[in-house]
Amino acid sequence: MLSVKALFTEYPNDRGQIVRAAQDVTFEVPEGKLFTLLGPSGCGKTTTLRSIAGLEKPRAGEIKVDSRVVYSSADNIFVAPNKRMFGMVFQSYAIWPHMNVFQNAAFPLEVGIKKYSRQEIRDKVMRVLTVVDLDQLAEREATKLSGGQQQRLALARALTMEPALLLLDEPLSNLDAKLRERMRFELKRLQRELQITTVYVTHDQSEALALSHEIAVMNEGRIMQIGSPREIYERPRNKFVADFVGTTNFLEATISAVETEPGRYMVESPIGKLAASSADVLRAGDKVVLSLRPEDVELAERAYEGPNSFHGIVDAKVFLGEYLDFQIKVGDRTLLAKAHPSLRTPIGDKVFIRINADKCVAIPDSPRA
Amino acid sequence: MSIGTGPLKASPTLKDVGWRERFDVKWLVVGVCVVFVVFLAAVPLFFLLWQSFFTPQTSAKAAEFTLQNYATAYGSWETLKLFSNSVQFAVGTSIFAFTLGTFLAWLNERTNTPFKALFFALSIIPLIIPGILFTVAWILLGSPKIGIFNLLLQNWFSTDYVFFNVYSMWGMIWVDGLHYSPMAFLLMTAAFRSMDPSLEESAMMSGASMYQIVTRITLKLVMPAIFATILILFVRTIESFEVPALLGLPVGIQVFTSSIYQAIHQYPSQIGLASSYAVTLLLITTVGVYYQSKLSNQGSKYSTMTGKGFRPRAVDLGPWRWVAAAFCILYFLLIVAMPFLVLLWSSFQKFYSVPSMAALQNLTLDPYRFVLTYPTLTKSVWNSLMLSIGSATLIMLVTSVICWIVVKTKTPGRWLLDNIASLPMVFPGLVLGLSIMIFYLNFDIGIYGTIWIMFIAYITRFLPYGLRYNTTTMLQIHKELEESASMSGASWFTMFRRIILPLMKPGLVAGWIYIVIVSIRELSTSILLYSPGTEVISIVIWELWENGQYVELSALGVMFILALFVLVLIAQMLGKKFGVKEH
Repeated sequence: MLSVKALFTEYPNDRGQIVRAAQDVTFEVPEGKLFTLLGPSGCGKTTTLRSIAGLEKPRAGEIKVDSRVVYSSADNIFVAPNKRMFGMVFQSYAIWPHMNVFQNAAFPLEVGIKKYSRQEIRDKVMRVLTVVDLDQLAEREATKLSGGQQQRLALARALTMEPALLLLDEPLSNLDAKLRERMRFELKRLQRELQITTVYVTHDQSEALALSHEIAVMNEGRIMQIGSPREIYERPRNKFVADFVGTTNFLEATISAVETEPGRYMVESPIGKLAASSADVLRAGDKVVLSLRPEDVELAERAYEGPNSFHGIVDAKVFLGEYLDFQIKVGDRTLLAKAHPSLRTPIGDKVFIRINADKCVAIPDSPRA
Repeated sequence: MSIGTGPLKASPTLKDVGWRERFDVKWLVVGVCVVFVVFLAAVPLFFLLWQSFFTPQTSAKAAEFTLQNYATAYGSWETLKLFSNSVQFAVGTSIFAFTLGTFLAWLNERTNTPFKALFFALSIIPLIIPGILFTVAWILLGSPKIGIFNLLLQNWFSTDYVFFNVYSMWGMIWVDGLHYSPMAFLLMTAAFRSMDPSLEESAMMSGASMYQIVTRITLKLVMPAIFATILILFVRTIESFEVPALLGLPVGIQVFTSSIYQAIHQYPSQIGLASSYAVTLLLITTVGVYYQSKLSNQGSKYSTMTGKGFRPRAVDLGPWRWVAAAFCILYFLLIVAMPFLVLLWSSFQKFYSVPSMAALQNLTLDPYRFVLTYPTLTKSVWNSLMLSIGSATLIMLVTSVICWIVVKTKTPGRWLLDNIASLPMVFPGLVLGLSIMIFYLNFDIGIYGTIWIMFIAYITRFLPYGLRYNTTTMLQIHKELEESASMSGASWFTMFRRIILPLMKPGLVAGWIYIVIVSIRELSTSILLYSPGTEVISIVIWELWENGQYVELSALGVMFILALFVLVLIAQMLGKKFGVKEH
């Protein structure tokens, strides 16, 4: 539905230096799906979103919605943002303080290319306000809304014009933690019900995992990996993605043998010989980095049997209610592990460890795989 | 007992403690500041009102109640003329300055006009070219007899038609409007900047056209700022003195300020009449300042929500951007280059003459020699320096305590203190000079006619500036920083000296330099208070003008502008170093 091809966007910063904000960004979003651009600040995710919106003019590339080209450097096409008719929610919500709730939401219908009668506008706006649960507050001054209400109004305003595409720029980042969690569910429910194609920008990995059909992790202007939330979390293709999404243990290792089962390898690591898996094709002798999620490091007081089992010494532990954080010394390495609170091994005692070979992800040790 | 908790949280055993233990340096300092402020700001106002209802007190006759002053002031058609002149002048000037300044601010903030670096100059011009020099420069440029523009155009078309006459209402509006346009530029730039650009972008994403965005979003949002800017320009113009005095008086166009000046300077001087004019002027400026501050508050309501500060999309002007750039260069010529160059030219002449090849032969340094050996000059430079440095230092220290009371304590009546200290803001310079003159004529403690009366006037006049700078910094100092000092056992005085003052240093330094710069150019208050021996630099310029010594005046003006330029550069550098923004 939305297709972005080889997008390059650059702009001069305050000191006149060129900032390479988006470099060779390419992705597709199918109809009705929620696609997330995830990355640290300055990674180019917002610039990419603003390029789709038309608020930034890219240097090169192509942006297409269905068959409608809104930007193409090759054909010299640039559709002005106010002609694209995409809905957008800004990080600051950008609620106009001189209008009330209804006027804010009705604005896109009043200024758009399509003309509506007063009654039509009233019906459409009230329907959308009902969806976001603001219909009771239609006449309220926009400045008198709470943060969560402003956020929903911004969403309603973006939805009233029934856009082909919805763009969300960190819409939850200005809310407090509790409210953010609730709005996350709300947003997901709305998007799934309305089946509206959405591009979502965030730096919050849990938001991205919770909401998206697909995630693109970005760093320094480039897309590092595109995949479903599960793929991104469980099968990171490079060190940046493994590190940025969730917490993980990194171990440098070397491939010692290629197993017969595809994607399976034996590796030599500082904590011993391990069975690992990788989505990349590797050869014996290749340098890799192993990524082990703390929750995949299984702990027990009795020895495990089978491959990938070894032992260590409990170095520190923190009780967090629903689980325990352990730091386990294995040789000269410290592994982070998450365990069920029923495990009560004291500090200084021996503890047994097992790691499922599927969860022991080998990443080729080069900056960009 | 811990200091800084205030009387409300004091311990319950307070009753048993004797007054000696309860006594706190804090209250002494606070008390002195309150008395100081009330004395400076409120007392002259009272005497001004009193004087306007009384006959002048002389050794032969005590003051008597009279309505004659108001009757004289308002009983004639002259006054109607005066009133309409003042309003015409102020409205014309503020609209001209506003339009010019807003257009330039929009070009700078929202378009891709080239040569944006020129705009930097705009922010410092109002500080480096004092009003009197700007006016004199424009007389040399645009007077019907000796103005360069007229002579050039007359030469060009070989005619004696007067193309440009600064000695007229339009001339006054032109010169004062140009002079105040940088102020409009700065205020509107701030308004454009404080607006979250995503408010405009979200309108664009809603499908609104450029015209719809400007009319329905941008203008609506900056509307409070627009009114506030026009109002402040109106107030500044109606109280401006140099332009009406130098351009209006010679051709009989009287406004309030020039009438006050004339009433004092005729013989016998009519203080009562001047006071009644002054009271009217004060009423106008008070209403203006009141609504302006109300609008500013309303405006800040609109700019509380800000995003991550993405720079707004610059409007691409296409080929028009070169027209815009040409406009900016022309503006720069009119407001900086030509006024300064004409002064520079005339400062190298023996007698003033229009630039020509012949005059080029006669270049001389005589005016500089004359000015540098002018007997009152050294004295006046010394006076100016002492007055500006002294008043800046005292103001910054006193207002830091006042700000502390207003911002940090819950002292009852602190809003009143804040308002009294801000009161001098509504006083036009001339009216303030008059009020202080009246006060010390009636309340003789031997400072009338000395430098001290000017010192008091300067402190009063610039008190609100110090207050504004210090309030901004004070708001940023967290209450816990001083509470932890108290917990460490520091007394209030130690806390203030070791914690508050060092933390306020950036604001103190910035405010101090700003007050030094504005007070060193002060004219309209000094002109009613100086006497032989207490002249300041701007008074010397004024006297040279009255004597018709144009070339000498130019030489002094050039040196003065260069000195102010250096001062402003230092201020900018310090401002960057301490991270303080000019406002």
